Amino acid sequence: MELNISLAPDILFYIGSLPVTNTLIGSFVISAVIIAAMLLVKKRLKKDTPGKFQNLVEFLMSGAYDFVVSIIGSEKKAKKIFPLAFTLFIFILVANLATFIPGQAAVTFNRGGESVAIFRAVMADYGMVFVMTMITVILVQIVAIAVHGPFGYMGKFFNFKSPLSFFLGLMDIVGELAKIVSLSFRLFGNIFAGEVLGAVMLFLAPFLVPLPFMFLGLLSAVVQAFVFAVLTVVFVKLASEIEEEELVEEASM
Amino acid sequence: MLGAGIAIGLGAIGPGIGEGIAASKALEAIGRNPEASGKIVPLMFVSMAIAESTAIYALVISLIILFG
Repeated sequence: MELNISLAPDILFYIGSLPVTNTLIGSFVISAVIIAAMLLVKKRLKKDTPGKFQNLVEFLMSGAYDFVVSIIGSEKKAKKIFPLAFTLFIFILVANLATFIPGQAAVTFNRGGESVAIFRAVMADYGMVFVMTMITVILVQIVAIAVHGPFGYMGKFFNFKSPLSFFLGLMDIVGELAKIVSLSFRLFGNIFAGEVLGAVMLFLAPFLVPLPFMFLGLLSAVVQAFVFAVLTVVFVKLASEIEEEELVEEASM
Repeated sequence: MLGAGIAIGLGAIGPGIGEGIAASKALEAIGRNPEASGKIVPLMFVSMAIAESTAIYALVISLIILFG
């Protein structure tokens, strides 16, 4: 039996000219599960005697909201960024934890003679992670433009006060690109490496030895979801901060 | 294949040292103030995850070399 690891997800079938991969199916299933669970909570919403699941959801959401307020400083800003950050967290968390459901890797699909797994870790597909990173980064740029104005935003990168400031401004552009790479590679690398490690360990020593690696994978699944969401909030906070000089300028104008 | 080995080998040195320092500072802080351990431990995990990032970049490069 050979080890079958590939960087790109397997294409199951084509709809027209759109390739449907197993991560696409996985992400639809996860979205459907999350939406269904939340609609269920909303339908059975009780104010005085909440059920257990509603209690859990409220506990998670209020804890996360207080945490976001503590990072970002003001409640007004927190209300705007909390839905995106919490959705990213829940989606990545459920997507990562779904790989630990026993038996999900055994559901296979017979494609032209060879059997291909239907479900694969959704975050082990770099396309998915890259799109989520771009959502965050483009949002951060929009926040920066909205807070500082378009000329203030360009002025951050092309700063003509002194040669040093000009150089640092160019480095800021590199920094923005580096944010894309670092945010996406962190999540993708952790999850994909977890999958590869699990596959290799199961191939080499299938009994008991993969357990520590799976525990590490479980821990990193939760932590990486958290880190992604927290970094989104931190980047938005950094972009929306009005520095002292601008405040003085506005006050003197 | 040699490149993959070198990539992850060199890439794992820095974060290994860095995470050790982070863990030791966290343990020292818990030693000084055991009641704050509930606040320190989650932050320690988050810091380790971010410090691990460069090791993960090296790992992704080596996986791309091996399986890409």
